[in-house]
Amino acid sequence: MTPTALIAEDEPLLAAALKADLAAVWPELQVVAECGDGDSALAEALRLQPSLCFLDIRMPGLGGLDVAQAVTEDWPEGANAPPLPLLVFVTAYDQYAIAAFERQAADYLLKPVPRERLALAVQRLQQRLAARNAIRPGVGDASTLDASLAPLRELLASLGPQSGVAAPATPASRIAVIPAQLGNVTQMIPVEEVLYFEAADKYLRVVTASGEHLIRVSLRELLPQLDPAQFWQVHRSLLVQVRAIREARREETGKVVLSLRGRGEKLVASRLYAHLFKGW
Amino acid sequence: MALTFMGREVPALTWGVLLRSLASGVGITLVIALAIATLLTVIGGGGFRTKLIYSLAISLCCWSVVDGVRRVIFWWMLRRALARGLPLPTDGPGWRVVLALVALTALIGPTAGLMIGDALTGIRSPSIFKVGDGGIRVTLAMTLIGTTIGLTIWAVQTRLGRARLAAEQAHKVAVEQQLLMLQTQLEPHMLFNTLANLRVLIGSDADRAQAMLDRLIAFLRATLVASRSGRHALADEFARLSDYLALMGVRMGPRLTSSFELPDELRQAPVPPLILQPLVENAIQHGLEPQVAGGHIVVRAERVAAADGQPMLRLTVADTGRGLEAGTGSGPGTAPHTTAGTGFGTQQVRQRLAALFGTGASLDLQAAPQGAGTWAVVTLPLQSPERAP
Repeated sequence: MTPTALIAEDEPLLAAALKADLAAVWPELQVVAECGDGDSALAEALRLQPSLCFLDIRMPGLGGLDVAQAVTEDWPEGANAPPLPLLVFVTAYDQYAIAAFERQAADYLLKPVPRERLALAVQRLQQRLAARNAIRPGVGDASTLDASLAPLRELLASLGPQSGVAAPATPASRIAVIPAQLGNVTQMIPVEEVLYFEAADKYLRVVTASGEHLIRVSLRELLPQLDPAQFWQVHRSLLVQVRAIREARREETGKVVLSLRGRGEKLVASRLYAHLFKGW
Repeated sequence: MALTFMGREVPALTWGVLLRSLASGVGITLVIALAIATLLTVIGGGGFRTKLIYSLAISLCCWSVVDGVRRVIFWWMLRRALARGLPLPTDGPGWRVVLALVALTALIGPTAGLMIGDALTGIRSPSIFKVGDGGIRVTLAMTLIGTTIGLTIWAVQTRLGRARLAAEQAHKVAVEQQLLMLQTQLEPHMLFNTLANLRVLIGSDADRAQAMLDRLIAFLRATLVASRSGRHALADEFARLSDYLALMGVRMGPRLTSSFELPDELRQAPVPPLILQPLVENAIQHGLEPQVAGGHIVVRAERVAAADGQPMLRLTVADTGRGLEAGTGSGPGTAPHTTAGTGFGTQQVRQRLAALFGTGASLDLQAAPQGAGTWAVVTLPLQSPERAP
């Protein structure tokens, strides 16, 4: 099987150079997509299902870490599903991210990338691909998948939902009510009454036991203003009030389905956050 | 290490500070006692040794009273501050308070001093209340003079110490400012990305690599000059911005376009170096870079008149980016359409303008009048080129 790669890099010269350098040190590797922004990188990764993704951290639209999380969450499931791509982060200088990469031992490259460092990365990637192909028949098993997600999960946790963009919120900046405006009326919704927040396009659905509201704030902006012990992020687009969760049912694919108190619908937590619901 | 008092650390109070103030107090007292004994011996004659014993005894008693009372007051101030949660006092009561204690000192100091002196020499001195006695009069006069001199020295020392502390503080702030400015202008992410591009160009397009390197050198040089303050001509400012934009242009490709509007009459107007650079950087970083399509930046200079008719220079950095609301991340807790500009770059520009022009200059962030985007507008007094330093 020919290894395939996706390159997500917003600077055209650097994208071309990475492609050329890869061609020199890894001639069999086939670059199937070059994307200049995070959103198209996500779409192309899911469509083409490459074996490797080289992701720039700072890109227009979704950043590299956001793409990694979204690819992981939206990746097809089932016994015949292709394995998750190996993720390689590329950055010029993000001091927090670099520290996190070093701790988590996920592969990362610093720009400008010297040829020898790239060769070393390629060597490691080839080994990991070979190892993965050897155990291929067993893939699909939730526990091995879970193990392969661990580094990414820890990386996301250590960088926080803000990917180092903003400082973590202090309790002083927490909010007590959500002002939801509809026409001339602004409903003041106490945070305790919110069962969950769900990101929908440019809006955020605020769901309470008695109804739901739309606010024009992104989950990313809201997150630092809430108590992380009160609200758990269980998916990149879902933030759930912990006390509202009645039951968490683990499925074979690794996904976790949550039932709520006071509402009929079920929410799906991604595999990345399944560990939150491990029983004592 | 700061000493703790009532379970709280008092930064102004360390063993070093305590010992140093005790030593300097004793030192000054000994010098004054020696001077008085010498003076009395030269004027009145007689035994130097006896005069020195009495003079030392009285001086040290006086000092003990003054210093003791001062420390008791400081201790009381600390207690009060800790109990009420006020900011901690950094030093004792003012010297005026202490001066009011001179009367008390003049009474207790000589009485105790004479008793100690008597015990050491075996002489029986008259009571200090026998003001008719010539010796007592001299003793009282010398005590008053000595105490006043000692307190004056102490007051001057305190004042000098405070001035030195303030000067050190000011210097520290200035150095920090300079470092922060360098840090904003030499943002590592920008620098390393530029170098990464340069590395690619060296292999593929040597001429373009050379041109890019020239731009980078000019920009780096301007950054170093700017950190040492001064002024340069507006034309130079625009040239450096064009260097910066060209560097960013290599990185962003067709996603970044820019234009300049600089009237000829304003070319020589003096401005603080790279004052607009953080604003252009903000426009790119928060306005254009997050947009997949990129955008356009216009840097514009205009001559306008202030309300009082003074000629002003208005410099605008206009972008077609995401706009203020998106850029500043307005959540439910933050007011949208804010003109405060709480970011690091805008704060730097504001501080520099305030330091150079006081309230005479301003930075205003506003939504673009038409379409999306942000305008950063700097207004500062228009100075003629020859008046610039």
